Amino acid sequence: MRHVRVEELCAASRVLIVAGKGGVGKTTVTAALATAAARTGTSVLIVEVEGKSGLATSFGVPALEYEEAEVRRGVRARTLTPDHALLEYLEDRGLRRISKRLVRSGALDVIATAVPGMKDILVLGKVKQLERAGVADLIIIDAPAAGHAITFLTSARGMLDSVRVGPVRTQAQDVLDLLSDPTRCRVMLVTLPEETPVNELVETAFALEERVGVSLAPVVVNAMPGDLAVAAHHLSSDVATAGLDIPSAELRALTAAAAFRHERHGLAREQADRLAARLPLPQIRLPYLFSEIGPTEVDALADAFTAEVRALPDTTLRDPAS
Amino acid sequence: MSRLATDLETRHVLVCCGTGGVGKTTTSAVLALSAARLGRRAIVVTIDPAKRLADTLGLEALGNVAHEIPRERWDADGTAAAGGQMFALMLDTPATFEELVRRYSSNDEQTERILDNRFYRNIAGALSGTQEYMAMEKLHELHEEGGYDLIVVDTPPTRHALDFLDAPARLTRLLDNRIFRVLMAPTRTGLRIAGAALQAFFRTVAKVVGAEVIDDVVAFFRAFEGMEQGFRERAATMTELLAAPTTGFVLVTSPRSDAVREAEYFAERLAESDLEVAALVVNRVHPDFSEGRDAGALAARAAELASRAATAPPATHDAIARMAARYANLAEYAALTRREREQLDDAGTRIGAVTVAYVPSLTHDVVDFTALDTVASHVLSAGDTEALG
Repeated sequence: MRHVRVEELCAASRVLIVAGKGGVGKTTVTAALATAAARTGTSVLIVEVEGKSGLATSFGVPALEYEEAEVRRGVRARTLTPDHALLEYLEDRGLRRISKRLVRSGALDVIATAVPGMKDILVLGKVKQLERAGVADLIIIDAPAAGHAITFLTSARGMLDSVRVGPVRTQAQDVLDLLSDPTRCRVMLVTLPEETPVNELVETAFALEERVGVSLAPVVVNAMPGDLAVAAHHLSSDVATAGLDIPSAELRALTAAAAFRHERHGLAREQADRLAARLPLPQIRLPYLFSEIGPTEVDALADAFTAEVRALPDTTLRDPAS
Repeated sequence: MSRLATDLETRHVLVCCGTGGVGKTTTSAVLALSAARLGRRAIVVTIDPAKRLADTLGLEALGNVAHEIPRERWDADGTAAAGGQMFALMLDTPATFEELVRRYSSNDEQTERILDNRFYRNIAGALSGTQEYMAMEKLHELHEEGGYDLIVVDTPPTRHALDFLDAPARLTRLLDNRIFRVLMAPTRTGLRIAGAALQAFFRTVAKVVGAEVIDDVVAFFRAFEGMEQGFRERAATMTELLAAPTTGFVLVTSPRSDAVREAEYFAERLAESDLEVAALVVNRVHPDFSEGRDAGALAARAAELASRAATAPPATHDAIARMAARYANLAEYAALTRREREQLDDAGTRIGAVTVAYVPSLTHDVVDFTALDTVASHVLSAGDTEALG
């Protein structure tokens, strides 16, 4: 069987939107994916849309800003908040003066309210602009948390229903074109190997396919506890064979910690397999790391990412429409 | 009795706040359950519960209506105090908004005009912030009319989990906005009374978003005429309710550093508003297997065993390697629990929560009453933390 290479996965579409429920590790996955891609010579731009600080911590760099900055070799990152996107949108159309007034008068909130999804559309519209300009081989969007991710991605469709004419409608149409073209954009969903997050990922996956018509990249099951591979062996016989002398309290501690790890590993496998049964998408399983995520951990996860991608069947990249 | 049990017996409102994925909904259900077990009439208002937890709370089909959970379901062993009742409600944002419109509109015609307005439907359905406002509104309604001893409110998993506090003020700001006061001016000529500058402004906005949108907004605010005072007063009483001494905030977090940072941030915001943090609940804390053993020493032992295994004869190699793996594993958990505790104790000190409750990481998701009881026993066994306060 032919195997998939990371650069092929990354070349399948220029935009990858990383989405999932809060707390599942979207930002960590974004960092690992970007690193794995950059190692193959792919130029990467990460776009952070919520103003969170996690990415900067993962890469061990100062807080991200609207201006791009290189966060590690081959990986640039920037923020793209709705307010900035709106100001830029208006300035691009020669409406610099009104943009100031919109903000000052508080009318911005009202307009954003009047046009649901306006802010999301502006952000995605800007992403489309970056994609069209070819600013990087791969643009990774660290998307908002799940419930909101659906809103975020369905905003274009909603906008077409509520706004009949005007540049915002055009923008919405452009965004929808981007989202529904698998050669330009895919969504990579992230979950933890736990019951509720898995259930929510399945719901999100179907909602996105049905309501947005967006194509899904392989799903990432994050923080899989590794197997200690000692469960089949008795501690006491291993102690004897190894010729060790260990106090009984320490033996109990070793046993309890190993049993906990083994149980977590089993449960995680069970949930990842359940996900595979319910959602026919290839899986990339990343290991649970004990330490807080920093540059070293991101490197380790990028290694794991690369290895997992190699193990994917080569049907993974086939255009779902073909 | 723990301090949190006292809160459950004496408070009238508990608001659970925290970032997404930390077990906020579960904690809310646990608090209501615990209060019911103490003999109170308690309700949990959930926003978007996981399906199986919703099933447990009997929320499958019922939106926006409080309903009682039969006592035999939450008190299977019959050990709860007499008089306790447990209710649950799943917030339906558009339905709550509609109730609010009906409450303040002067006649059916006005109601229908608002409910049919596209701008209204946008706000009611999609606007982020509406959910927060309606959660507040529901709390207010239950407080005024429900006759509950304790109302536990789960808050929406918003970006920074702060919108909830701002929700009433934000609506007031919207109503106070100069532009809308102009739009609301009682005249048939509409925009023509507005200054030329404002007209130009609207024309430009219309160019960007389409004139229809502006028309919808104007129509909405026209239809809203006469109702804004009611809304404004309600916003003021909501703010009072949040600040009442019988209202407490429960910060929910996990030991992950980003979740802890969010909790601290939220605590700062509450402090700025003179709102009281009753407790910090930390879910999914890892068990401490090391019993005080030093993580570094355990890791050194693992490394020593690993190097011994490398040169060991085949007969003992595997056993020594497995012992190395066991020590490495114990060392990892020892370091992890130490880091978690240090970080959380520091956070507890900075937050100044009177109670810090640690809930261990459980094997299965908390989706039934047995599991809720287990979590409750951990939450309620939390000692007082005067030292932290």
